Amino acid sequence: MKISEIRETLKLTDAIACKSDNEVQGVYIGDLLSLVMAKAKPADLWLTIQTHINIIAVADLIEISGIVILEDMAIDEDTLQKAVEIGIPIFRTKLSAYEMACQLHDLGL
Amino acid sequence: MRELIKRYVFQVQANDFDNAGAASSTIKRNLKTIAINPSIVRKVAVASYEAEINIIIHSNGGEMVLEIYEDMISIKANDKGPGIQDVDLAMSEGFSTASNAARELGFGAGMGLPNIKKYSDNFKITSNEKGTRLTIDIMIE
Ligand SMILES: Nc1ncnc2c1ncn2[C@@H]1O[C@H](COP(=O)(O)OP(=O)(O)OP(=O)(O)O)[C@@H](O)[C@H]1O
Ligand SMILES: [Mg+2]
Repeated sequence: MKISEIRETLKLTDAIACKSDNEVQGVYIGDLLSLVMAKAKPADLWLTIQTHINIIAVADLIEISGIVILEDMAIDEDTLQKAVEIGIPIFRTKLSAYEMACQLHDLGL
Repeated sequence: MRELIKRYVFQVQANDFDNAGAASSTIKRNLKTIAINPSIVRKVAVASYEAEINIIIHSNGGEMVLEIYEDMISIKANDKGPGIQDVDLAMSEGFSTASNAARELGFGAGMGLPNIKKYSDNFKITSNEKGTRLTIDIMIE
């Protein structure tokens, strides 16, 4: 499924302007970076409450298709800048991990 | 003797959280240009990231060396101390002495060294108060 489709259907807020038609093949939820490194798969959508610039390096290294920041957490400005630079879509939602996961599941992920 | 094709050296500063992953990202980009199987690139990316972060959050700074051979990628992570007291304990899943500041940023699961070991075909670690040295070899099929 295209990430743009998920964004529109679930009404996710863009944290940065990023036109992406990345393919999303699965979902990984986690806030401990070395677990994410080990367990998230390429083309996963990553749900997290981490907002520090490190999440962009992690997403880039393991080829995550996009990041959803949960619980309306404030995102550091340099995180957003880095996401633009690397071209990683990053969205915001007020939903919890569980609520977001249920919606993604309903979409067939 | 294997023939060395290319060698890169990256400096890694202690406590430089904001640039964490910069060396590993460059390493990954270099490998992408030489058409290596994506699953090998991923192994190298994960292992080098964990080694790089450990230098940043646990050491006094150091360097990472990437060596590309015809049949193997080798990463060396060498820092300037203070070393690991009990290497066997440090290698066990879940063991971490990460500071609260590091934990707040998502580090400190105690999975870095176990991940490195899991993703490498040959892994060596030696440590004393002068420094910790990792050798991570990953075969290119
Ligand atoms: N380069 C190093 N210098 C000094 N101590 C280190 C170094 N690398 C690892 N350690 C020690 O070994 C422990 C385990 O390292 P490991 O990478 O497995 O976990 P972590 O870094 O604490 O957490 P994570 O990697 O999951 O974010 C560290 O908490 C630290 O005590
Ligand atoms: Mg670590």
